[in-house]
Amino acid sequence: MTSLPAQEPTRKLGLVIDLDVCVGCHACVISCKEWNTGGYGAALSDQDPYGADVSGTFLNRVHTFEVIPEGGEIVGEAGEARIVHFPKSCLHCEDAPCVTVCPTGASYKRTEDGIVLVDEDMCIGCGLCAWACPYGAREMDLAAGVMKKCTLCVDRIYNETIQEIDRVPSCVRTCPANARHYGDLADPQSDVSLMVAARGGIDLMPEQGTRPVNKYLPPRPRKPLAADTGQLLLAENTEGATGFFAWLDGVLERL
Amino acid sequence: MKSKPRVELSRPVSDEVRKTTCYMCACRCGIDVHIKDGKIRYIEGNRDHPVNRGVLCAKGSAGIMQHYAPARLRAPLLRTGPRGSGEFKEISWDEALGIAAGWLAEVRANDPRKLAFFTGRDQSQSLTGFWAQQFGTPNYAAHGGFCSVNMAAAGIMTIGGAFWEFGAPDWDRTKLFIMFGVAEDHDSNPLKMGIAKVKKNGARFVSVNPVRTGYSAVADNWIGIRPGTDGLLILAVVHELLKARKIDVDYLMRYSNAPWLVIDAPGTSEHGLFARDADGKPLVFETVTERVVPKGTAGARPALSGSYTLQDGRKVTPSFELLATKYLDAKYAPDAVASETGVSADTIRGLASEIARTAFDEAIFIDQPWTDMNGERHEGYVGRPVSFHAMRGLSAHSNGFQTARALHMLQVLIGAVDCPGAFRFEPPYPKPVEAHPTPHGRAEHFGSNKPLAGPHLGFPRGPEDLLVDADGKPQRIDKAFSWDAPISAHGLMHMVIANAHAGDPYPIDVLFLYMANMAWNSSMNTAGVIKMLEDKDPATGVYKIPRIIYSDAYASETVAYADLILPDTTYLERHDCISMLDRPISEPDAVQDAIRWPVVEPDRDVRGFQSVMLDLGVRLSLPGFVDHRGKGLYTDYADYIVRHERRPGIGPLAGFRGANGDKTGRGAVNPDQLKRYIENGSFFSAHIPLEAQFFKHANKDYQDFAVRMGFFDTPQPVTFQLYSETLQKFRLSADGLREPFAPETHRQRIRETFDPLPDWYRPFEEAAVERAKFPYHAITQRPAAMYHSWGSMNAWLRQIHTTNPLYVPGPICDEHGLKDGDWVYLISSHGRIKVEIARMEAVNSSTIWTWNAIGKRKGAWSLDTDAPEAKKGFLMNHLINELLPPKGDGMRWSNSDPVTGQAAWYDLRVRIEKAEAAERSEPAFGKIAEPGGRRTHPDELRYGQEWAK
Repeated sequence: MTSLPAQEPTRKLGLVIDLDVCVGCHACVISCKEWNTGGYGAALSDQDPYGADVSGTFLNRVHTFEVIPEGGEIVGEAGEARIVHFPKSCLHCEDAPCVTVCPTGASYKRTEDGIVLVDEDMCIGCGLCAWACPYGAREMDLAAGVMKKCTLCVDRIYNETIQEIDRVPSCVRTCPANARHYGDLADPQSDVSLMVAARGGIDLMPEQGTRPVNKYLPPRPRKPLAADTGQLLLAENTEGATGFFAWLDGVLERL
Repeated sequence: MKSKPRVELSRPVSDEVRKTTCYMCACRCGIDVHIKDGKIRYIEGNRDHPVNRGVLCAKGSAGIMQHYAPARLRAPLLRTGPRGSGEFKEISWDEALGIAAGWLAEVRANDPRKLAFFTGRDQSQSLTGFWAQQFGTPNYAAHGGFCSVNMAAAGIMTIGGAFWEFGAPDWDRTKLFIMFGVAEDHDSNPLKMGIAKVKKNGARFVSVNPVRTGYSAVADNWIGIRPGTDGLLILAVVHELLKARKIDVDYLMRYSNAPWLVIDAPGTSEHGLFARDADGKPLVFETVTERVVPKGTAGARPALSGSYTLQDGRKVTPSFELLATKYLDAKYAPDAVASETGVSADTIRGLASEIARTAFDEAIFIDQPWTDMNGERHEGYVGRPVSFHAMRGLSAHSNGFQTARALHMLQVLIGAVDCPGAFRFEPPYPKPVEAHPTPHGRAEHFGSNKPLAGPHLGFPRGPEDLLVDADGKPQRIDKAFSWDAPISAHGLMHMVIANAHAGDPYPIDVLFLYMANMAWNSSMNTAGVIKMLEDKDPATGVYKIPRIIYSDAYASETVAYADLILPDTTYLERHDCISMLDRPISEPDAVQDAIRWPVVEPDRDVRGFQSVMLDLGVRLSLPGFVDHRGKGLYTDYADYIVRHERRPGIGPLAGFRGANGDKTGRGAVNPDQLKRYIENGSFFSAHIPLEAQFFKHANKDYQDFAVRMGFFDTPQPVTFQLYSETLQKFRLSADGLREPFAPETHRQRIRETFDPLPDWYRPFEEAAVERAKFPYHAITQRPAAMYHSWGSMNAWLRQIHTTNPLYVPGPICDEHGLKDGDWVYLISSHGRIKVEIARMEAVNSSTIWTWNAIGKRKGAWSLDTDAPEAKKGFLMNHLINELLPPKGDGMRWSNSDPVTGQAAWYDLRVRIEKAEAAERSEPAFGKIAEPGGRRTHPDELRYGQEWAK
């Protein structure tokens, strides 16, 4: 049993993920793997990498769902069926059950910024934290036998050897669709907080009581094209070419 | 309690950063390669790079696993077993190049046609084309014929440029972005960045695509069109815009051939051609003085409609009258096309309405005076902020050329080409057809031991430029530029193996391929192609295609079918140039090109293909590659990039020219040029002055800039060709009215498909097969995380797409009692595959689809033989024939667009039948051995573990 910080962290660093623009390209997934396999802690291993049962440790994955909004007609081109690409990594919960369940104190939430980390030297690979996490955001590395998870690129965001502009998580820096944002969600004036307020950002599975720091921005409302037909007013009530050419002559006169 | 500082927060990332250009797809993003202990630690996007501005996709980030993949070839290989066995022995480069030069020298001396040299995803076509021209074979092209030549040819012939590498949407200013069928593995970072901007700016994004994945998933409006009917949708929009008078008349008058007078003389050789003056200048009717004058006459106000009589008595009509009359016909009304396209009439009307409203009610104005080619001064740039982008979805149909023409016509009608907010050209485009060469390859163009008389590829202006003999028979092995495919500007790579095997129009001795997986996913009728490559002449026991040389970096399926392998490097080990002479990385506001350089040295006995071509050029004593004593002119490709001059002062790279590196475009050779590029992040960028940035097709300052840069030697303005005189010339030939006459066999087809105004007809396969028997479409989509067949040898990327289910629309599942995980037969008029399905709703209800090129041949790409890619993964290619079903006319027509020869991949029609459950998809093929012996396949990877702290 490990304790969460006694006082709420003054900063709550996390991600805001915009589902309105995520095209599911997996750039964040691979960039995360690439950064972290040579970075914090043990490498992110891959088993049977060129074989039948290939699998590997990833700290961030994109799931793709087909969604049929309630009342939507379920027929191909006429319908409202949608694909939602849903990137998912550790949400750095304020009430992180993965921390409190840890028997060794390896899992911990940082007081200074709220990042949830695993001290791999203390991790015994029991897997209780992965079981406790309702989001499935932790992955046991089979080669190292320790639990791996998103570190919010803690070895980038404070890294004084790289340019200040690059001190953001690897997934945020690489996202081509600008769907991933990083910042302090405890500061109501931060860019990410303003974005969450403006776009109605949501918690993932709030009923779990984990109070995730990461937020998701829902897709913007969309208006069907068929609703716009009325705007195209016919200039004149003529169907054929004769009326058109008469109009054209008039336009040329005025040019 | 404060947490203990248990983490090292400021570890240096790497020892060194080397900046080069990515090649995990054709996007050409800038990358920062972090090197640590001599290994690649991390690859990230270059923030300063104009293509990707720091971002990088999954493929780019997975470059480490591509670079270290076991599938890399290790040394030159000579085949020892039968073709397809994968049995080779490793040989030295000297031996390999000696063999290749021996084969090639024999062909060059005896009959240069007997070499067919075709390249795949080649980014060095200005070198490979030059080499082939100096060699003297007429048989050279890259892969455009099976990629997107419809898009390229239609774009160049209509507006002087096409989408992607010729231009881009004005992302910052556009208010309506409409995208048709785009592959998500091409130009993907710029598109993703652009879509994000469009959405952030509150602009509307409409996607037209039968499948709602990737980009379509985030579109404000998705139009799940029935494949092959996009042209009809576009023409219905045109109908609505004409009917509502929402067109830019001033723009049409100034920049298009709408006012050009078309001769109305049915039954004569001039019918439908432009009336011209003695200098060949097209004529227009001037409405104020009521007389006929040459186009471009100062102060002229030309008519766009009416009928006139020339002094010599010939009747003429402005081409726009023909255009408007055609599309105002009720057959293009939304209600008339709704059932064919699968798009409701209200949606079509809504789309037209949004286009009209945005173009005209939300017009933008940039206060920047500019001067047009007639010397007229304009106060600023008027913008119609409607932008389009399209690619293979339109292109890969047998009506794709006309469909792409229709889309460009739509852009011009609303005045939305190269203005603020619209599609904008990227230098060196726009470029009129007249500035492109005509094709070369007729008998008089080549001969023993001499170069081809001119470039292979180009644009015929009419039937007189075709590469046919006196009997009208094709001269090229792929039958490009013949009556079969007159404007096949990129060749027909997909027909080369079938034609060479059939000896039609003639057999060849050597097939030389680079980076194209023709024995697998890059060919139609894969099983048939494999047989053709394995087929021997029973009399002699010699393969029908006797010698195959192939260059690739990886153990692809095609490696197993070659006789001699010249192993290429990975993209991090090579020099390359993304050249202004080929397809550079320019942006609408800037002239740009780029290089690659070896950021890591090869650890295998491999060589960059371009350096190998230079070596072969020396061994063959090709002009341009050796001096008068036969000594090689260039030590390697890097040396060529710097010192080769195509015209005086113009070389592969535009930047840092001149002795001091301060010249752009034109300038003397600079020995330090590559060093300067590397210091600059491996790219070069020169901004276009603001007074030259828009209306480039008619902007005097831009045209002068283009001449200064060396794109052209004289200004080359473009008049948009809504009405195509070239196509009409072919129709006159087909009508037997204008020489050369089309062969009887081709006349009907040309009459039906070469309409000089954009047209729509049903794709050939759909028209040929019984629709009831094959009621559905089957197409492929490109996953964003893979690039063609590349990706499966990559340990990280293959975990994203390990296999490819067949996605079946819900209504079809319900009709056939199918559920997820069931197995089915998918059957076309050509073949049958047995595969596993997944149900999907967000798709056109008659369109079945799967991901492209995930299926692999057992043993290829250094995957284990029981890898899912080889077990369950499959190709749609087995269902697609390179020939159309017989029509009973005694001919077998290529499954291609009749104008350009573009492979009609997406014309496929199928039916579906439930099958018994299985473990393995069908057809299954025998295992191929790993070329050069089995590699070590690690059971586990722990990349970067040595750096763990």
